[in-house]
Amino acid sequence: MEQIPLEHILLLSAVLFSIGILAVISKRHAVVVLMGIELIFNAANLNLVAFSRHDPQLLQGQVFSLFVILVAAAEAAVALAIVLRVYQYFKTANLNQIIIPEK
Amino acid sequence: MLLQGAKKGTSGRLRQKTNNEQRITETVLFYLFAILAILSAAYMVLTRNLLYAGFSLLITLLSVAGIYVLLFADFIAVTQLMVYVGGVLVLILFGIMLSSRVHDKSVLSESVNKVWGTLVAGLILVGLSYTILKANISALPWLQTTQLDVLGNQKSTVQSIGIKLMTDVVVPFELASLLLLVALMGAAYIATDKQKV
Repeated sequence: MEQIPLEHILLLSAVLFSIGILAVISKRHAVVVLMGIELIFNAANLNLVAFSRHDPQLLQGQVFSLFVILVAAAEAAVALAIVLRVYQYFKTANLNQIIIPEK
Repeated sequence: MLLQGAKKGTSGRLRQKTNNEQRITETVLFYLFAILAILSAAYMVLTRNLLYAGFSLLITLLSVAGIYVLLFADFIAVTQLMVYVGGVLVLILFGIMLSSRVHDKSVLSESVNKVWGTLVAGLILVGLSYTILKANISALPWLQTTQLDVLGNQKSTVQSIGIKLMTDVVVPFELASLLLLVALMGAAYIATDKQKV
């Protein structure tokens, strides 16, 4: 009974997670930071689905990952709206050029 | 594996052989998708062009959807395709188009904190990998007791997920629809240009 080993799925998800962290830390443009966050969501979801394979009756992991996808979609919509407002106000979407003027 | 129920008429040895072949195909496909996901995710971080980053994220999301299919999560895979590839990625591409000056030579994004970012991400990766390899997860007791044949006699997980959504997790399900409504209204309100209205 050879299956895809659980460790390899978890390692893949760890790699995707750290690439997402790298994108969040090292990118200047706000949209790329959001893309890194989406990558982190996907890495977490992969773990849930991988463990749900061993839970055939309840499928709790799959149901939970559905909710994660849903919250990620809502987050992406609101965050991109905020990015657009920030771009209109500061004329840039680069996070290190956003300077709040002193009153 | 998926066709296991349909092959009851054939002899045992033939079924064994077909199962083995399918399993090998599954494993090869998994590693193919995994390599594709990692490579395009790495390209997303390394490239400076925003549009290239968006499209390599597309390839990563598609590969993850393929891995979901291999893990018997067909409904999740379709949801991933529809929500991420069809919705979130289009939103992100819109965001790129609307939040960068297109008349610049191209839509570029510089990297900052390269050393620190690589250091933190590398440390997280090493820590997670060490933990995963040390934890010996496959030997967990509750993983041993369950059988791996998720689908059993049924063809897909859609029915079980639907029943579960309407019985056990019906309150979070309704709350999620409320959350979606609120997020939609909030996003529309935030993105409106108040001076022009």
